[in-house]
Amino acid sequence: MRVVRGEFWAGRVLLVVLMAFTVLPFISIFMTALHPSGTVPGGLEWPANPQWINFVTAFNMAEMPKLLESSMFIVLLVVPATLVIATMAGFAIGLLRIPGSRVLFLLFVFGLTLPFAGIIIPIYFIERWMGIYNTRFAIALPLIALYMPFSVFWMRAHFINMPSELSEAARVDGATTWDLFWYIHVPLARAPVASLGILTSIWTWNQFLLCLVLVEDPTQRTMAGGLGAFQGHYANNVPLLCAGTILILLPTLIVFILFQRQIIAALLQGSLKG
Amino acid sequence: MPAPSKSTVTSTVKPDNRAFSPELSRRNFLQRIFRRETLIGWLFVLPALLMYVVFVLVPFMLTIRYSFFKWNGVSPAIWVGLNNYVNIFQVPNLIGTIKNAFWLIVWFSFIPVGLGLVVASVIHRVATGRFGSVSRTILFLPQVIPLVAAGIIWGWLLALPGLINQILKAVGLGALTRAWLGDFGTALPAVGVVGIWVLLGFCIVLLQTGMSKIDPALYESARIDGAGWFSEFVGITVPLLRNEIGVCLTVTVVAALAAFDIIWVTTAGGPGSSTSVPGIQIYILAFTQRAIGPASALAVMLMILVVVIVLPLQWLSRESAQ
Repeated sequence: MRVVRGEFWAGRVLLVVLMAFTVLPFISIFMTALHPSGTVPGGLEWPANPQWINFVTAFNMAEMPKLLESSMFIVLLVVPATLVIATMAGFAIGLLRIPGSRVLFLLFVFGLTLPFAGIIIPIYFIERWMGIYNTRFAIALPLIALYMPFSVFWMRAHFINMPSELSEAARVDGATTWDLFWYIHVPLARAPVASLGILTSIWTWNQFLLCLVLVEDPTQRTMAGGLGAFQGHYANNVPLLCAGTILILLPTLIVFILFQRQIIAALLQGSLKG
Repeated sequence: MPAPSKSTVTSTVKPDNRAFSPELSRRNFLQRIFRRETLIGWLFVLPALLMYVVFVLVPFMLTIRYSFFKWNGVSPAIWVGLNNYVNIFQVPNLIGTIKNAFWLIVWFSFIPVGLGLVVASVIHRVATGRFGSVSRTILFLPQVIPLVAAGIIWGWLLALPGLINQILKAVGLGALTRAWLGDFGTALPAVGVVGIWVLLGFCIVLLQTGMSKIDPALYESARIDGAGWFSEFVGITVPLLRNEIGVCLTVTVVAALAAFDIIWVTTAGGPGSSTSVPGIQIYILAFTQRAIGPASALAVMLMILVVVIVLPLQWLSRESAQ
């Protein structure tokens, strides 16, 4: 389609302004992070003497290795478990269409927009009673459950569109339900499962409220939870706080740049279907 | 949609074959399998259902139950009926959180979606090729970082020596400078700006993707009829994007009503309670003041609020999708 010249430049300028609005905050904290620890610099000033050591200090103070390990542990527990049980449930509801699947589906959909803050209080008491309060499981188990509405909804949307001839053919060949699931439908569901994996990984990595309420020890939390604790301790030391924030953002930024297309596609699809 | 495989097989059995015993036994066999199937099917759902019941449905019921009691989490709970709910409407700090939540919808939802629509319609034809994909990536960035980090970054930008005041001074508006997050009048809009920063890019990219699916011939013929940018926007873009707009509104409204992370790290609800929203107040009531009853009543109100506001939006976008 023909684009008018004036319109073309207006569009480009607008886009550049928006990109600046998005990126400037990152540049600002990066410059601030290089100022001497404990000082209060301006918002956008290149320091006379860049203090790269601030990143080392923040790395040690935030106990980054422990924080990374804890985040990885929680993600590696939550994401595979979510993918497996949500795929199984989506398969039964969307493809096998077991009796009661409509009710089950509505039950899961009910939780789609439930705010975490709405049910956090009983979760706290239940976890105290179970004895998992202040452990990594305190974050992981409720997260898996809180992802179920979206994940089941997502996987059901995939399975409901699978042609039934496929299952019938397999049945004629004597496949059991498990064979049907594991050898035929799981390999075909790779794409939606991968997207779901990306989404739940990001959500888990960034989870804050559950960390704040359910785990007191910052080194047992996820990255976002650890950052919250770090801010509590170093709110008055702006350069160090900025350095810590950048360090905590770094893994996310690297992964985002590497897998940007998949991540953007997953987030867009995720919101469109949910 | 065809029925499940079993019934398809049984329906192909011709009536005159029923007399033969092999067919009969086969039917029994199928029925037996079908019952087994149901059991196996439920086993597939069981793990997901179990987790969901224990950590979502039971807590949901318990929140409702707690909301009728006066309880500090330790000593015996006392039944107080609807008192906790009546309280919400009488205590300015509590009803104020709901008012603030509505204000946040303006900042988190109306502005990003409205602005996003205009911006997307302007840029969707110029954001192509390498430039287009780079711009998508950059605009999407705030959506993947933790909200806590967004809060910390903007907490610094909006501080007295921060970037925003520096820019204002540079353009001669030095008189306007202030600690934006510490001022009763500006704290809520300042938090709102953080929300815009997080959500605007997401809305733009989502709407732009939707626009790229609209048939360009529609615009061509509108141009031939002499339509300007605005009438194109109102006549073609907005109606055809109803589904995407519905999605953007749903996502951003939920983000506004359930806001916690950004506010917790920037203002923690202050100054006073000028930026306090239900999520923040629930946390403070339950975990610092040990007032489980009022906190739970507020939680129930929050959940009702989300459903009441989001359901019509969902319905709107579903309607147009069909």
